[in-house]
Amino acid sequence: MKRNPKELDSIHRKLTRRTLILGAAQLGVVGTLGMRMRYMQVEQADQFRLLAEENRINIRLIPPARGELFDRNGKVIAQNSPSYRIIIVREDAGDVEKVIADLSRLVKLDEEDLNRAMTEMRRSPPFLPITLADQVTWNEISKVAVNAPALPGITPEVGLTRDYPQGADLAHVVGYVGPVSDYDLGQIADPEPVLRIPRFQIGKVGLEAKREDVLRGKAGAKRVEVNATGRIMRELDRREGQSGADLQLSVDADLQGYVQARLGSESAAAVIIDCETGDLRAICSSPSFDPNLFVRGISVADYRGLTTNPYRPLANKSVQGTYPPGSTFKMVTGLAALEAGLIGAGDTVWCPGYLEVSGRRFHCWKRGGHGHVNLNASLKRSCDVYYYDVALKVGIDKISEMAKRLGLGVRHDLPMSAVAEGLAPDRAWKQRVHDDVWRVGDTANSSIGQGFMLASPLQLAVMSARIATGRAVTPRLVKSINGVEQPSGAGDPMGLNENNLRQVRRGMYDVSNDRRGTAYRSRIIAEEFRMAGKTGTSQVRNITKAERAAGVINNRDLPWERRDHALFVCFAPFDKPKYAVSVVVEHGGGGSTAAAPIARDLLLQALYDGTPPLTAYPKGDRGKIRAQQEQLHRDYPGIAAPASDRA
Amino acid sequence: MSYLEHNVKSTPTGVRKILHMNWPLTLLLCSVASVGFLMLYSVAGGSFTPWAEPQIKRFVLGLAVMTVVAMVPIWFWRNMAVVAYGLSVLLLILVEVMGTVGMGAQRWIDLGFMRLQPSELMKITLVMLLAAYYDWLPAKRTSHPFWVLIPVIMILFPTFLVLRQPDLGTSILLVTAGGGLMFLAGVHWVYFAAVIAAAIGLVSAVFQSRGTDWQLLKDYQYRRIDTFLDPSTDPLGAGYHITQSKIALGSGGWTGRGFMQGTQSRLNFLPEKHTDFIFTTLAEEFGFVGGFSLLTLYTLIILFCIATAMATRDRFSALVTLGIAINFFLFFAVNMSMVMGLAPVVGVPLPMVSYGGSAMLVLMVAFGIVHSAHIHRPRQQGY
Repeated sequence: MKRNPKELDSIHRKLTRRTLILGAAQLGVVGTLGMRMRYMQVEQADQFRLLAEENRINIRLIPPARGELFDRNGKVIAQNSPSYRIIIVREDAGDVEKVIADLSRLVKLDEEDLNRAMTEMRRSPPFLPITLADQVTWNEISKVAVNAPALPGITPEVGLTRDYPQGADLAHVVGYVGPVSDYDLGQIADPEPVLRIPRFQIGKVGLEAKREDVLRGKAGAKRVEVNATGRIMRELDRREGQSGADLQLSVDADLQGYVQARLGSESAAAVIIDCETGDLRAICSSPSFDPNLFVRGISVADYRGLTTNPYRPLANKSVQGTYPPGSTFKMVTGLAALEAGLIGAGDTVWCPGYLEVSGRRFHCWKRGGHGHVNLNASLKRSCDVYYYDVALKVGIDKISEMAKRLGLGVRHDLPMSAVAEGLAPDRAWKQRVHDDVWRVGDTANSSIGQGFMLASPLQLAVMSARIATGRAVTPRLVKSINGVEQPSGAGDPMGLNENNLRQVRRGMYDVSNDRRGTAYRSRIIAEEFRMAGKTGTSQVRNITKAERAAGVINNRDLPWERRDHALFVCFAPFDKPKYAVSVVVEHGGGGSTAAAPIARDLLLQALYDGTPPLTAYPKGDRGKIRAQQEQLHRDYPGIAAPASDRA
Repeated sequence: MSYLEHNVKSTPTGVRKILHMNWPLTLLLCSVASVGFLMLYSVAGGSFTPWAEPQIKRFVLGLAVMTVVAMVPIWFWRNMAVVAYGLSVLLLILVEVMGTVGMGAQRWIDLGFMRLQPSELMKITLVMLLAAYYDWLPAKRTSHPFWVLIPVIMILFPTFLVLRQPDLGTSILLVTAGGGLMFLAGVHWVYFAAVIAAAIGLVSAVFQSRGTDWQLLKDYQYRRIDTFLDPSTDPLGAGYHITQSKIALGSGGWTGRGFMQGTQSRLNFLPEKHTDFIFTTLAEEFGFVGGFSLLTLYTLIILFCIATAMATRDRFSALVTLGIAINFFLFFAVNMSMVMGLAPVVGVPLPMVSYGGSAMLVLMVAFGIVHSAHIHRPRQQGY
């Protein structure tokens, strides 16, 4: 088609015009884009730069090292030791199933752990390390390390975990730690972020839980660069945290170990308290358990074993177990009467073997009766009727008040779990709790530490220390925190008449040093370490009239859980008391036979700061004692060697 | 005989044609492509694989193809326009029938050595057809309703096919480029006013239809519009792309964070950082200076195309060159608006820079036609 030039010119002019319009529009758009770019990159640059930084920088917490625990001599009780675990990174492993199969030929993998790891793996991004096996031995770790080329994605890793080198000895005192559970988090109003670190350990029971505040420390933080999927690319900087405070306990780990060994397989508790400072030198509950099991995550079978054991290994009998104090309470009744001025130490009571109280007959443990008894004889021979008589004169409220002054029925402030308050009942208490009036019979029962009366071994030890010193000795478990000495528990004088105290102590002295004393067989003959004590045998059942008529059944013929508790409280040396001891053997039978020998051994061990020489024991017992020491040494190689080996 | 053929003797022949190519334009294209190689190298974390190396190979191939296309006389392309258009439409129908699924929409034809995206091809062949149409059509009839209807159908038919894929971005590009070409050809402005009014009506219809049985767009397309209008409503979901892209761009500042120092792209916060969002990496690492330089390069390409078009008195050459320029302009304008948060995320790559074979090859063919128009322009007075 031919076009004439004129037409062409007009067409072309129109095209040029339209091109210019469109070109101008395009330039307008380009200008807008440029302005927008300038606005974002120049005016708003700082704001966007900040957003970019927020994107890429993450704050990660560095868990603090938990404070360590030492005994009074610097022996380690709880430490953070390296623990080895095997981790897998899915994206490096490739064929996860195959790698795990290869690994399981080298290391025994727990089925349960493995299943948990597989679920975790499915849920998390492929670059996150997942723990396959925890608490792996060094041996197994070496095997894995040697075979590393054949195990892609598998790395042995070192972490810190809590370790209790003393094992079961201090389990009840120190407790244990464990990973934070959802339940734990629920208990805390505003949980610290550090608690959300996986596998972060916190105190669960005992001192570990009670002093979590100082033990945990402060978490540090590091700033890391992460990518869009959260993988850490590099560390930018870090602020170190603050380790938890180290705690020195008043406990002597060696002594504690000995006590635990001496209690053996009995269901028993013992407390050794320093009369001068209130330091708890040993505070034992037997049987015990290995706290390390709980740190690792106890198996179902082990846990069931602990919970179904009739001796209740998990219960801390020394502070949370309460028992009728039985005859060990008699010092309280006696002191209350003396302080009230209602009796003199020399006043006698006639014991025919029972006392008739408002129509009911209250029996003395000795059916034939003790005849004329004064305070000294009543303690020495543990006459019940004397105390029925005295208590009825003094009244329960004064007895209860004296018990509380001596540390019974009050909660001692110790950083341990479930410290029991015990019970020193009075009229108001019965009215309040049982909605019933206090009866004379209740007073009679209470006077010999039966009835409602309940005390923990700790309280009994405190009572002994207070009687021994006349001061309000308070127990102390933590000696120093990060080297800062904690207040002493020596206490101020209680304001009791020194003469009255002396009378009571004298009675206790005769218990183990007079031929007619109930614990004469468990005496100490080393002159400088003479012991004063008091036996106690507390009933856990009522003896029915029918039973009494048939003749009292010997303890040995009863099923274990219905036998009497055996108790013994003591202190030594008599002239200058250093240690007070309480021993409770659950369902052990008589205090003089089951508890007193143990208490005597504990005292000697503490006083000699090691295995006592046989010369401290009565001549006739030495052969038996020596055999016992050697036996203990054989069974518990950890404790100090017997005297014969050391000589 | 056509007017062009009268002037054959004055146009260069043989190898000499190469000397008469539009060399400034070629240089600009190489510069832009080099920016692309640099950024692809950077987003791969300082590596030629997996993106920079194939891209360089394709560009070299593209240069060769462009040269070959440039050698062919422009009237051949004019005569081929109908065939090319028909072929594109056929391919579009073919994708509809047997296309493989890519990115949730059927857009590719697998040719074995490369994946062909017919909608890319369509952008150029539509421009060719329209240019040829208006070259053929007597100027007096340009604004006649019947002769306006024909190009409108030419535009809307492939648009409809592309929309069915569904590819909203390319559809809009096709309509806009086609409309732009009609505007250049001199169609009366009343038509455009009417169309714009209708478009406004359509947009309101689209939004009115949302949630009803006859809703016009797919849900994800509505969501994209939503997040464009307010990205903060869904910062981790659909709005994530826009938000992260703006952060990357803005944090570049005046001079950027340095080559391969862009945290947003290096740490994978940017989506599709080697394709649609590659401009954000450039803006993050080289800042306003880098971003504006690229914008300037693009603008210069457009200006050289316009200059080429103005220099020729041949109607087809002028129209096809301008049409290609409009297409190219729409490419980068929409992409940049998108990453700057001025337009919804519609999936338009940055021309010559984004990783991708078929878009680049088609563009190189298009610029080959521009070259051809330039080489074969009539050189005598008194046409």
